[in-house]
Amino acid sequence: MSNVPDDLVYTQEHEYVARTDDSNVVRVGITDYAQGELGDVVFVRLPKPGDRFNAHQSFGEIEAVKAVSELYSPLAGEVVEINNALDSDSGIVNRDPYGDGWMVKLRLSNPAELKDLLTPKAYRSHIGE
Amino acid sequence: MTSVLGRKLSTPTLDVLHPSHFAYRHIGPRRSDVGEMLELLGYESLESLIDTVVPEEIRLRRPLALPPGRSEREVLQALRGIAGMNRVFRSYIGMGYAGCFTPQVIQRNVLENPGWYTAYTPYQAEIAQGRLEALLNYQTMVSDLTGLEIANASLLDEATAAAEAMHLSQAVHPGADAPIYLVDDRCHPQTIAVVQTRAEARGIRVQVADPDTFGFKPGVIGALVQYPATDGQVRDFRTLCQKAHEAKALVTAATDLLSLTLLVPPGEWGADVAVGNSQRFGVPMGYGGPHAAFFATRDEYKRFLPGRIIGVSKDRDGKPALRMALQTREQHIRRDKATSNVCTAQVLLAVMASMYAVYHGPSGLRRIAERVHTRTVILANALRRLRYKLVHEVFFDTICVEVENWALPRLLDAARARNINLRQISSTRLSVALDETVTLGDVADLITIFSLNEALPFMLDDIGVKRDRAIPRALARTTSFMEHPVFHRHHSETEMLRYIKRLEARDLSLTSAMIPLGSCTMKLNATTEMMPVSWREFNRLHPFAPRDQAAGYQLLFSQLEYQLAEITGFAAVSLQPNAGSQGEYAGLLVIRAFHRSRGEGHRTTCLIPQSAHGTNPASAVMAGMQVVPVKSDARGNIDVADLRAKAAAHRDSLAALMITYPSTHGVFEASVREICRIVHDHGGQVYMDGANMNAQVGLCRPGDIGADVCHLNLHKTFCIPHGGGGPGMGPIGVAAHLVPFLPGHPIVDLDHPAACGTISAAPWGSAAILPISWAYIALMGYDGLTEATQIAILNANYVARRLSEHYPLLYSGRNGLIAHECIIDTRPFKASAGVDVEDIAKRIIDYGFHPPTVSFPVPGTLMIEPTESESKEELDRFCDALIAIREEIREVEEGRAARDNNLLTNAPHTLEQVISDSWDRPYPRERAAYPTRAVREHKVWPTVGRIDSAYGDRNLVCSCPPVEAYG
Repeated sequence: MSNVPDDLVYTQEHEYVARTDDSNVVRVGITDYAQGELGDVVFVRLPKPGDRFNAHQSFGEIEAVKAVSELYSPLAGEVVEINNALDSDSGIVNRDPYGDGWMVKLRLSNPAELKDLLTPKAYRSHIGE
Repeated sequence: MTSVLGRKLSTPTLDVLHPSHFAYRHIGPRRSDVGEMLELLGYESLESLIDTVVPEEIRLRRPLALPPGRSEREVLQALRGIAGMNRVFRSYIGMGYAGCFTPQVIQRNVLENPGWYTAYTPYQAEIAQGRLEALLNYQTMVSDLTGLEIANASLLDEATAAAEAMHLSQAVHPGADAPIYLVDDRCHPQTIAVVQTRAEARGIRVQVADPDTFGFKPGVIGALVQYPATDGQVRDFRTLCQKAHEAKALVTAATDLLSLTLLVPPGEWGADVAVGNSQRFGVPMGYGGPHAAFFATRDEYKRFLPGRIIGVSKDRDGKPALRMALQTREQHIRRDKATSNVCTAQVLLAVMASMYAVYHGPSGLRRIAERVHTRTVILANALRRLRYKLVHEVFFDTICVEVENWALPRLLDAARARNINLRQISSTRLSVALDETVTLGDVADLITIFSLNEALPFMLDDIGVKRDRAIPRALARTTSFMEHPVFHRHHSETEMLRYIKRLEARDLSLTSAMIPLGSCTMKLNATTEMMPVSWREFNRLHPFAPRDQAAGYQLLFSQLEYQLAEITGFAAVSLQPNAGSQGEYAGLLVIRAFHRSRGEGHRTTCLIPQSAHGTNPASAVMAGMQVVPVKSDARGNIDVADLRAKAAAHRDSLAALMITYPSTHGVFEASVREICRIVHDHGGQVYMDGANMNAQVGLCRPGDIGADVCHLNLHKTFCIPHGGGGPGMGPIGVAAHLVPFLPGHPIVDLDHPAACGTISAAPWGSAAILPISWAYIALMGYDGLTEATQIAILNANYVARRLSEHYPLLYSGRNGLIAHECIIDTRPFKASAGVDVEDIAKRIIDYGFHPPTVSFPVPGTLMIEPTESESKEELDRFCDALIAIREEIREVEEGRAARDNNLLTNAPHTLEQVISDSWDRPYPRERAAYPTRAVREHKVWPTVGRIDSAYGDRNLVCSCPPVEAYG
């Protein structure tokens, strides 16, 4: 069983979205289930702060030893911060996907879209757990 | 029942299994074994088995129109005759190919040594540390000589390496709507042609011009320059690099490794990529190949590096261990998003080049370069005294001479009379390229030629006196290179021999055990087939030598083309593509050219089954097509309903379907004719991936089934050895309507009026290894070839049947039979025992075998292809090992062994681990290392434990680590 925290929302592509102190800014990463499926993450390619993305648009790439996967923006918005720590130690994504292994912070173009994302319950059923 | 020459063939009286027939040597099972194996499968004869496996509607019901098999002595004699028709001139043509001396210790112990040439690509790194080290040396050498941080483990040839550099330039700075690539007009012409072909398909505009006129306008993604130029001039590109970088464009230098021992390396003058041919480091010219091309770039572009990269990681005990790094860049993972379709390297040739560097060391290489340069200077001085005008004064080993119109033919005649080839650049220019084999006597011959029989105004004996350099200080190398101890320790022959043997002993090759890799066809590479590779009449020819000097090669090519066309049922064959991936790309370009010739250039949709090898979609994209995947059904076959729907939906843009046959799942799909018909009905062409041709030869033919193009992996079905990960050859066969579009060549007219472009640097790819396939076909004959296919199918079904009681088998055709390979499903053991496919593969190493193909085409499974060459005894030994491993899994399942500390999870076991005084595993050492009697007699020990690949990819090191790291 993978860890699906109750205080987050999710996408079909296995990203999670966490709220921050600023109600217009969210923190995005990949779920515990996703890191488990990928195996040892060896590289994460992230966008630059200031880049803008639509929902479902690819904003980066995550590489494991024998798999590579695109990262999709869960919602429309502008990148305000990226997790530079992943550059030197991408293994954080495996060890702490919901904490230090986050990837980008997005300033949402339309925070109302948050309600379109999957609830923890819906995500659990999406991954068959 | 197959009828050959009026005789009915049946198992007990098989002529081909008579000791006088070469097939008796090539095929593993003995006559009596065949009967036993058929009995296990429940068939009375080989024919009845084959009749059940291969659908009747596609069977070839006549013998192949080829001669019967001939003895090894006869075939060698015939090859001697063919070789004798080639004439070996001294070729001073240059253009990326140079004469060289292969140190004999390397010739005999690497090139002619099955311990090196029969190994597979080093996917199983624990039993491949030897060639991985040799390749790491290669990368270190390339990186040091070019002055760039990271190099790959080689590419197919210089021209395709240059094309890869163009793709890298685009990938690094994507976004240009109408990308432009600038190409130096003094690059080698074959390089320009290959780059233009690649660019055109991808919508990149190539502008060929003098680099002094290059303008880096918006849209320019990069520039390619030749250093030294094809006519020999060494130019300073520092200003060009500045201009390029200001415009965010990349500069690639096509260069020559030997010259870089004396010249400022490209990395130091600002180039972002360096490519070239390492051939002159001890690899014969071979009328075009095989050779190892190199590719080096800056660290920041490492994720865009094409091809294989060897990296340093560590094993479970923390010991340094090598393995292929950053595999996620490659086409088998990225499919249509890959920036390159290249699958292979030229490992055997890269190993030779790296060994040449180890043997000579940096000072030895510099000495060779100085000698070549000095002789070029001597020649230049003499020609000046003969009142010739040199076109340029700064050069390394090639000079370009201005001659009068009337004199040029006379000079060429005079050269020919002395068995010397010069290069004619234009009607008034000749060039002469020297190499390490050139003696002062050769230089004297050249001077005599240029004297046109006039008395020399100086004494030939005096020409060796003047030793000015023709390299100005600004272009002279000042930095050191190849300082690693490996390049300093093995200069005596004793040390060199032991180093080569030490590395060889770390690797598992066909000399030790079967390599049952599904889809890779690791069959016998017979000694007789390999002999001609070493003959000077085959390996000393320059690829652009006048054709009349290569009459033997021309005869061999035309015969081989005919044989392959007969075997595939096609009208013609092109021998140019240098690898399976190149064959795919070439075949799709032919299809594209065909559609365009009919005004249907809009046909660019390529249907590809989901089960296809990742190279297929990568090749389609390279050929300018868009990929539309087609579903596979539960049995692994193409979902015909989905195909019909997709073909109909894309009827206006359908270009091609790519299909592998038998399928990647190892099954003869009964619906293949219908599949071809659907594609044709919707205006598309059928491209057949010939990776599994080993199951078709003599039984059915792609051309009869309905394919329009098919590539052949000569290194699979037709016995060219895998070389530890290259060379390969991927010729294509085409139906009559596609013949005009076969690849052309800018130097050698191949008579294809509407050629789709140029695929490889050399007109006939890696010509020097084509005698291997020719010999195999001659030795086997129509009867032996067909028999080989039948036994390959028998062997695979025998293994499948023996394993079926112990492992679930995936996919089969009629009556539960398979084609030439089987897939065993190991996924259930993850839940039942915590054991995954990797654990099983690594445990197979402890049993002395190379593991089968892991996780292709289905993740979590093993695909086994025994080939016809393995004996029943070896098949049984292998099956026994897998069955014993099943029992080891059962111990875990039943709680008799710990889930996280058992024979499988700890595999493979090294000698060091099992003799260690601190052995603390919950099972005996004997079980770990000697699980069967057979391995007590002989086994290749893994020299490192299970490798931590993630560590190496996170901490990328791709050149020789300091010696202290080995503690």
